[in-house]
Amino acid sequence: MRKLLFQGLVRSPLTEPRPFADDAELIALATKLDSAARRRLGRSLSIREVDAGSCNGCELEIHALNNAFYDLERFGLKFVASPRHADVLFVTGPVTKNMREALERTYRAMPSPKWVVAVGDCALDGGMFAGSYAVMGGVSTVLPVDLHIKGCPPRPQALLAGLLALIEARRANINQHTAQVDP
Amino acid sequence: MQSIPTLADIIGAGRKVANHGPCPRAEVDANVWQRVTGQLAASQWTLSGLWGDAAAVHMALLDEPAAEMIVVSLACPDGRFPSVAQQHPPAIRLERTIRDLFGLEPENAPDPRPWLDHGRWGVRHPLGTKTMDVEAEPYTFLSAEGESLHQIAVGPVHAGIIEPGHFRFHANGEAVVRLEARFGYAHKGVEALMRGADLEHAAKLAGRVCGDSTVAYTVAFARAAEAALGVDVPSRAHWLRALMAELERLANHLGDIGAICNDASFALMQAHCAVLRERVLRAADLCFGHRLMRDCVVPGGVALNLKDDSIPVLRELLAEIGRRFPALVELYDNTASLQDRTVATGILKPELAQQYGASGYVGRASGRSFDARRALAYPPYDQLAFEVPVLHEGDVNARVWIRIHEVKQSMMLIEQILGGLPNGTLRATIPSGAGEGLAIIEGFRGDVLAWLRLDVDGRVARCHLRDPSWFQWPLLEAAIEGNIVADFPLCNKSFNCAYSGCDL
Repeated sequence: MRKLLFQGLVRSPLTEPRPFADDAELIALATKLDSAARRRLGRSLSIREVDAGSCNGCELEIHALNNAFYDLERFGLKFVASPRHADVLFVTGPVTKNMREALERTYRAMPSPKWVVAVGDCALDGGMFAGSYAVMGGVSTVLPVDLHIKGCPPRPQALLAGLLALIEARRANINQHTAQVDP
Repeated sequence: MQSIPTLADIIGAGRKVANHGPCPRAEVDANVWQRVTGQLAASQWTLSGLWGDAAAVHMALLDEPAAEMIVVSLACPDGRFPSVAQQHPPAIRLERTIRDLFGLEPENAPDPRPWLDHGRWGVRHPLGTKTMDVEAEPYTFLSAEGESLHQIAVGPVHAGIIEPGHFRFHANGEAVVRLEARFGYAHKGVEALMRGADLEHAAKLAGRVCGDSTVAYTVAFARAAEAALGVDVPSRAHWLRALMAELERLANHLGDIGAICNDASFALMQAHCAVLRERVLRAADLCFGHRLMRDCVVPGGVALNLKDDSIPVLRELLAEIGRRFPALVELYDNTASLQDRTVATGILKPELAQQYGASGYVGRASGRSFDARRALAYPPYDQLAFEVPVLHEGDVNARVWIRIHEVKQSMMLIEQILGGLPNGTLRATIPSGAGEGLAIIEGFRGDVLAWLRLDVDGRVARCHLRDPSWFQWPLLEAAIEGNIVADFPLCNKSFNCAYSGCDL
């Protein structure tokens, strides 16, 4: 174990530079976050993830955010175990009817201000499962969605870009708007 | 009949159905159905699948020593069929599912509770009579009685980033007395969406049943469709499918080895294994344009070619894993505090693994050697050299070691595939027409079964996909008994069963 730890000291880190959002949707979202909310939260966000019936593909890529290449925590972003500790709710899947109540209760357990990020193509509108008797058809049918990250599943880079858009407005390009976020 | 029947005897006792490939299917009467059930209970054969249809039930049987399979079907004109689970418990959840989805009633079934249906769909029996829903009944968990027992309810929302499911523990202090799982939270109605879909669309649905096994599911679906229509797949496509399947196995096993150690609070292994997993996914992305290789396998062959400049990428991947992995195996094996957690924890008895036909690392860590790549030798595995590791301890440690051995085997297989990849076309033309096909292939988690019936327009009339975890989840409940609650995450991760794959 000592050898392995030592190698970690002398080898250069695998961590890669941060991605930037080029998606108009992401940039628009950043403007929704008023400076007051940002002051309160600083640059740090706690994220609670709920699988609302995904195929598990999105979860695999969300997991990847914690590996050495993406190293989510360097940005002050971390996944938390309880919705009561969370600022952001990450929701994957088309929202199955069997998961609807659990999802709503998780959202209600979060303190305000809070944001909902729908992750993956199913979470937008049900994706390939739209129209099934067993799904609601997208997160926005159940919760107010602030940001959607596309992909089946989204690449870790896309997830990271979306999250970073949440914590920082790109001031050079964006006019600050008034707060849209419910207290 | 006094002598032990063979699968051929069962087919002979029924009416053989035309256009079912590659193995035979026969419609049988209730007597033969019950005789089959008796043979399952006597461990003569392995139950490989049990699923509903419009006014019929089907059962896939595997004769392991002979490596033969058949499907038997029983018409249920009055909406009832003799319960298989009554004598053979592995069928319990499958029958509960048939009742929920089709409204077909297993007579004298041991468990009358619903399984996938939580009373929230607004419809009952969505693939059957489609009656309007009534109010959801409260779900009663199995009880445990005794002094100072308490219950712990976990899920469907968990502390980690995992799929939804509910676990109900009865515990005596720290020791688990009974665990019962309740699933269905990820039920998306895949089998209903399959109905009437064309093959392209249905293959995409199959690839979205279980995200970590998307290659395995699309291969199983494609092979079932090809069997139904008698399509000969070009050999290059077979080899590329195997390449993708082994990359998927590699990525998942590497991820699992790290994650199991992480659940024993040994984060160092997780950090290093996650790097190797990421390297596999990046190589897959470079070679096939998608990190999980989704939609790359299609009925008739594969959707895209492996370019020549991709081969060095894969060779470098193998070299990198070859450089890093042995030190991690050594670290796992020489860390006493980690071994203390994994050795002799969550033991699954070989008899249970055999009875349930548990496949994958769950079965192979408990003495069941079945591997569809070897036993059924579908191409190109009939031309590739590999070993199927088997252990008998059945504990978390054995399940880790099976994965370690399989990582090495998958690396050797990829090496062979890169060396022997034949040239040629990628995809055969799919004729339009009716037919029925069955396929079993080896995913990273175990054998995935796909069965489908195509109508005359070549559209899916019925498709059933059976995840290996149907026969692994119940065994987790047995393996955890007597262990402490704190070891549940460790045991659960060592099984790493599919939620969405079973919920469909």
